[in-house]
Amino acid sequence: MKTLTPIEQLPLFTTQIKAFINWTRKNALWPLPFGTACCGIEYMAVVGSHYDISRLGAEVVRFSPRQADLLIVAGTITEKMAPVLRQIYEQMPEPKWVISMGVCASSGGFYRAYHTVQGIQSIVPVDAYVPGCPPTPEAVFQAVIKLQEKISKGDTPSQRLVAKKKMAELTSGNLENTGS
Amino acid sequence: MEYHFQLVHQIKESLGDKAITSVETGIGNPFECVLVVRREDVRKIAEYLKGQRNFQYLMDICGVHYPNREQTLEAVYHFYNRDQKQRVRLKVPHKEGESVPSLTPVYKAANWFEREAFDMMGLKFEGHPDLTRILCHHQFVGHALRKDYPATQNQVCDAPEVFSFPPLPLNEDEDVLTNQRTLVNIGPSHPATHGTFRIYAELQGERIMRAKAEIGYLHRCFEKMAETHKYQQVIPYTDRLNYLSAPMNNAGYCRAVEKLIGIEIPARAQYIRVILNELSRIIDHLVCIGTTSVDMGALTTFWFCFRQRENVYELFEALCGNRMLTTITRVGGVYGDIDDEWKRRCTGVIKTLRETIDEVDRLLTNNKIWLNRMKGTGYVSQANAIDYGFTGPCLRAAGVDHDLRKAEPYYDYDRLEFDVPVFTDSDNFARYMVRMEEMRQSCRLVEQAIAKIPDGPIQVNDPKIVLPPKAEVYTNIEALMNHFMLVINGIQPPKGEIYSYTEAANGELGFYIVSDGTGYPYRVKVRPPCFPIYSSFEETITGGQIADAVATLGQFNVVAGELDR
Repeated sequence: MKTLTPIEQLPLFTTQIKAFINWTRKNALWPLPFGTACCGIEYMAVVGSHYDISRLGAEVVRFSPRQADLLIVAGTITEKMAPVLRQIYEQMPEPKWVISMGVCASSGGFYRAYHTVQGIQSIVPVDAYVPGCPPTPEAVFQAVIKLQEKISKGDTPSQRLVAKKKMAELTSGNLENTGS
Repeated sequence: MEYHFQLVHQIKESLGDKAITSVETGIGNPFECVLVVRREDVRKIAEYLKGQRNFQYLMDICGVHYPNREQTLEAVYHFYNRDQKQRVRLKVPHKEGESVPSLTPVYKAANWFEREAFDMMGLKFEGHPDLTRILCHHQFVGHALRKDYPATQNQVCDAPEVFSFPPLPLNEDEDVLTNQRTLVNIGPSHPATHGTFRIYAELQGERIMRAKAEIGYLHRCFEKMAETHKYQQVIPYTDRLNYLSAPMNNAGYCRAVEKLIGIEIPARAQYIRVILNELSRIIDHLVCIGTTSVDMGALTTFWFCFRQRENVYELFEALCGNRMLTTITRVGGVYGDIDDEWKRRCTGVIKTLRETIDEVDRLLTNNKIWLNRMKGTGYVSQANAIDYGFTGPCLRAAGVDHDLRKAEPYYDYDRLEFDVPVFTDSDNFARYMVRMEEMRQSCRLVEQAIAKIPDGPIQVNDPKIVLPPKAEVYTNIEALMNHFMLVINGIQPPKGEIYSYTEAANGELGFYIVSDGTGYPYRVKVRPPCFPIYSSFEETITGGQIADAVATLGQFNVVAGELDR
């Protein structure tokens, strides 16, 4: 007669809910490629069959901000484009992350010019910067891996904000009372 | 020359002796006639050139600012007569506040070009239907390419421009429900635009009744940057014009500067440029077809095309160190030399490219969905295409057999065998077919160029133009001084101006450069092939289905970097 296996011998492991959620989040990033220029074409190579970003679980490219949690700003952001980028970022559900791909997005690059935004950090908060003009696909991969490390630790600004909001709800106070 | 005398004589006969104040022949181009004319005569001369002299193409309009002259502004027009290969440049000096007659009644291409000249330089065109900003944002104050506008002075834009169409007259017979119009805003961040275009459309059902195309979301000030950098420092900026085929822009710009200086690059460098140009043409067309097929729902083709791009990227990387934006040419030659190993690899890549092109052909050309989506959509009549200033594959799809590589051969294109594909339907399918055939022809060209490439130097031997080899700089005082002087002072072409053109992947890529004898260009104007093509977009999509507009945008192959510069 077969008896039940004692619970200690079952192939199980215990974890925190928080760690589990972070683990799922980091392995299922849904990027929104905000490709404006040359880096956008290089991002296509990142998604393409040779490099293939699905190795990192981030291949479900979504062009709708409502369905994405990773904004990849690939290319120069001009003054004309800046309000559009801001609006797209605000439309994304939380928690959300931003990768600034290439020097133009990160600092304006060699376009020190009257119509080019000198770095997108003045418009949206950035979690990872990728240098290069355009960056190689390997560099983009590295940024995604770094971001995944941050997400699994739960210490990105967006995650902290979400946790803070949750805490505020639980203690039925408003956001200001919970402290920083 | 005789042609020019005749032309000038006839213009003077009809408009009086004072109509033309100066006549010259273009630098490096005996078929180019440069005329300085009065501003009130511009439209009459344009009408004469188009009507009686068969100058059917208005290639470019731009402005130049001369703050030290009495007449501070100058409008510059470029006309082209395809049959006789003649070009005319009209220069119209005028004072601040004066306006020039608009050419919009004569050429449709003038519309956007004049808007750009107004936006960048503050030129006023009398009679233009909608003289508004086109590249800079709508809250921008001043004119950015004026010499007194600082290159680093940013102006923040807080909200995108709001569009509206003038209300339609009420018709009581119409059923309100069935005729209700819907307003749709597509872009500037939309997957189908694969770039940064905004289309504001008024729909009735699925049909576009009125449309407005807005550009400028990637205006990153190429021309201002070119004025604030030395001639050789501009080359990396040209990469980022049409970033799908960067070496072609490098070659186009360097060729313009070389013509301005009056040098001919060595034969080996010419062949290397031909090989790189044709490889770029192939990968440009691959992206065009790949992304259009994604928009049509055929994702497989996209993967096929991008896999081949990777192969070509590896070739570029071996030659110059960067995958995509190569900066491979130098004024006076090219940067990297190709060896037997590279040639062997290149031949292998061409073989796989041919296989892929055949595969894509089998996937798409007889595919029923593809045919339904592409045939008959995006139609532009031949007359309209010429009037809008189409060049390249879109013009050849409209039945005009024009390719600068054949018409006015540069480098050794006249010694290489290739055919120019021409289709007459002028719809998206014809454009697709032209591109497919051009890729095959480019494969042929690369193979021939690799077989024929001569030995020899890859740069001219002139210490005022080309940097000495690094080994010599470290060991030889002469070379060190040459290096130092060239880096500090830059290449200094003689005073003058030039309009140089090459056949890029999308059509005629022109560079109009004004030199004042210093190391910095006084003015660089790019004639991007997409700009006139995209200016016809509003008219092309009006009356068609909204889904067809996506296919048309894909097959126009509009590249934002080149369109907005």
